[in-house]
Amino acid sequence: MLEQVLAALVGIFFAASIYLILSKAIIRMLLGVTILGNGVNLLIFTLGRVSREVPPIVSNGELQPAAGFANPLPQALILTAIVIGFAMFTFLLVLGYRAYQELDADNTDTMRVAEPKDAPRPPLSY
Amino acid sequence: MASDLDLSFTLVALAPFIAALMAPYIFRFLKEYSSWALAIIPAAIFIFLLSFLPEIAEHKTVSAGFAWITALGVDLNFYLDGLSLTFGLLISGIGTFIVLYSGAYLKGHAHQGRFFAFILMFMGSMLGLVMADNLIALFTFWELTSITSFLLIGFDHSREASRRAAIQALVVTGGGGLSLLAGFALLNLITQHWNMTDMFAFAPALKQSEFYLPVLLFVLGGAFAKSAQFPLHFWLPNAMEAPTPVSAYLHSATMVKAGVYLLARMAPILGGTELWSTILPIFGGITLLWGATFALKQTDLKQMLAQTTVASLGLMVMLIGIFNEAAIIGVVLYLLAHAFYKGAMFMIAGGVDHSAGTRDITMLGGLARKMPVTFIATILAAAGMAGFPLTVAFLAKEEIYGALVETDVLTLFSQPQNLIAALVILVGNALMMAVGLAVLIKVFLGRQKPTAEHAHENSFSFWVGPAVLGILAVLAGVMTAFMGHNFVAPVASHIINQEVEAHLHLGFDIVTKPAFVLSLLTWVLGTLVFLVIDRIRVDLASLVERANISFDKIFDWLMFGLVRLSDAITRFLHHGRLEIYLTLVFLMFAAVFFGPLFLMQVDWQPLQMPQLHFYEWSTIAIAVAGLAAVLAARTRLQAIVSLGIQGFSVAILFLLYGAPDLSFTQFMVETLSVVILALVMTRLHLDQADIRGVSDRMRDGSVAFISGLGVTALMLLVLQGNLDMRLTDLFAATSVALAHGHNIVNVILVDYRGLDTLGEISVVMTAGIAILALIRIRSGGRQTGIGALKPEPRKAPK
Repeated sequence: MLEQVLAALVGIFFAASIYLILSKAIIRMLLGVTILGNGVNLLIFTLGRVSREVPPIVSNGELQPAAGFANPLPQALILTAIVIGFAMFTFLLVLGYRAYQELDADNTDTMRVAEPKDAPRPPLSY
Repeated sequence: MASDLDLSFTLVALAPFIAALMAPYIFRFLKEYSSWALAIIPAAIFIFLLSFLPEIAEHKTVSAGFAWITALGVDLNFYLDGLSLTFGLLISGIGTFIVLYSGAYLKGHAHQGRFFAFILMFMGSMLGLVMADNLIALFTFWELTSITSFLLIGFDHSREASRRAAIQALVVTGGGGLSLLAGFALLNLITQHWNMTDMFAFAPALKQSEFYLPVLLFVLGGAFAKSAQFPLHFWLPNAMEAPTPVSAYLHSATMVKAGVYLLARMAPILGGTELWSTILPIFGGITLLWGATFALKQTDLKQMLAQTTVASLGLMVMLIGIFNEAAIIGVVLYLLAHAFYKGAMFMIAGGVDHSAGTRDITMLGGLARKMPVTFIATILAAAGMAGFPLTVAFLAKEEIYGALVETDVLTLFSQPQNLIAALVILVGNALMMAVGLAVLIKVFLGRQKPTAEHAHENSFSFWVGPAVLGILAVLAGVMTAFMGHNFVAPVASHIINQEVEAHLHLGFDIVTKPAFVLSLLTWVLGTLVFLVIDRIRVDLASLVERANISFDKIFDWLMFGLVRLSDAITRFLHHGRLEIYLTLVFLMFAAVFFGPLFLMQVDWQPLQMPQLHFYEWSTIAIAVAGLAAVLAARTRLQAIVSLGIQGFSVAILFLLYGAPDLSFTQFMVETLSVVILALVMTRLHLDQADIRGVSDRMRDGSVAFISGLGVTALMLLVLQGNLDMRLTDLFAATSVALAHGHNIVNVILVDYRGLDTLGEISVVMTAGIAILALIRIRSGGRQTGIGALKPEPRKAPK
């Protein structure tokens, strides 16, 4: 029943991160992205089934790990995901920081460079 | 197996494309002589095709080509019979003169090489179109002719009228092409074939099929758009914005006849039904009268000719609809006649424009003495337009009238359909004759207008085309036996799918035939209309002005409506408010999670009270508390520190459940994240607390809650199933034995999934470079803020 509890925890991670991402403040969105990353990692971990305490490591002299070892496959995937998530986080952080410097705003409602409010109408000619 | 024949047939369609690629370079080296070099290509194709004439005249056919997409039954295969040979000869023969003519017409134009490239590409597409047997190949070439036509009409792209005409032609003929594709797809579904030669056997069944009507309508949609049938005719007169060689070649002699070609090609498959014989004559008849009437209104020579082209296309469609032997023989003869005299007429109009400086018929007069050769060519062409004896057009007219009148003109009155058709054709022919006479007499005879003073005879390249075509029109009209055996009979036999022997002859006994009365009437009426043509022009012009509505205006209205509509949709979807985009994304997210739960019959296993240790519960509780603290944080720093709490709890969870590697990495990354966040964010003056109002919080909270619940529910569902452990077992069993590593996770990362890890490193490196770039943009010292990156304001078109 360990997995079911963790599944509930993953749901809480997702809810918290989505709530943060929906806020209009850049820094909160950034926190939300980080939490979402953790939530996804936990999701993969849980769905790979969880067992207590036996790491997927083969003892010296043995050919196979001890019985009841943890599933190494999701761990390998998550390890990659953590690193990529971190790279993504730092990039977003710098992007948000630079956006704040240039636009002097951390509210997404006021950041309209890409889709300006008064975008020109398309020309009605050939 | 590719035989020489396969190769040479494919080359007929591809050689012009190859020449098109080289044309700009040839022009760079040869300058004004390049047209002579490039004309070799169509001339060679003409001679090659001509060598098949004896074989085709014996009603044989030649097939060749290559497999293209075998799995779908789509081949690049060609089929030569009377119909495709006649068209192929017209395209390559007239094309030769057009290339020569273009060289003279565009002399000194900077982009002449480009023009040659376009026109050669068109030539290849058109040759491919008329020779293709496979419908997909035919469709491909069909659309290529639309595209090259677009490029040629818009050749003078600095003028808005040009651009508009080009877009109009593309929209109408391209739209027709889509309709055609639908028809072809239906045909394929019914017959299971893509080759037209394989479809002939299915014709009787097809005509009984309930899909006959949609197939016919789709195919007619394509053919009518291309051949400018009412109400899709309006693009053709506008296409006169193109340079004159293009008008002569595409928009009178060849491309606009592609629709007529398709109808003729498809006639054995789709033709001869009640529906066919109703729709085609009605639309053709309206087009004939419409075009012939509007031709009288014009003052521009090219416009007059363009409108009569619309009329002629209408006449041909009408005749294919009537579908008896004489009508089909008539249409074949008329096709040749029209290609000869109309191609010539356009080249003459361009020559007059070049020499006298205007194409306005009211400003021209008395050019005969200044341009004697052109004058003679015009006599021949106008005689063709009027259908005078000794021209091939005369033979055509006799056959056409003969198709409607069997024994006596008076029998017409007992056949109302034939009577109407005869009247429509008679009036249409008479009006076209009046236009022909006007071009000949108003422009070349009479008092010399001021524009004629500096006029001069043009160079050889200008008049050789019209002269040869004019002579051909007469030769074809005199050599009746040759024409009948070699061209008319093979083509007509294909169209009505039975052996036809065309007994054309030219003798004085022709006056005793009943149809000759109608010919006489045509000439009388045509002459009468010519005498009052100036008055008719003025009256028609004022009438049209008062009507204040035209197909052109409707087209503009539709196009601008489309632009406005897409603008409105874009503004609706791209409103620029991030939180709404995101809300939509997460709602979809939730729908994806809940969808399977509702769609599948789920047998939920009863949940049991979990047996967790105290330290496990407390770690989970700390994680939840950390999340709550992030949400509730009043200041930035609080939020950042709380973020660390949930991250470390996840790290501990990893540690508890047998994943020490993950745990170490997570500890490290979490620590770094918090430190970096604190470093960067505390330097900014950001809003402290959550800026959302209560209602926003409620909305976002519900979206978040639903999504979270969906994730948990889906995970519970997945956990009920069995996990496939094959890969895990394999890794566990072979980690030491094969990879000599004791930490299985590490072995997976560096051995079994090494490329994944390489990808991961690349991502980190790319992110690093991007971050560096973001920071460097600023520290470079230049004014390179985002404000400076705004695109230049769009310049209004000239």
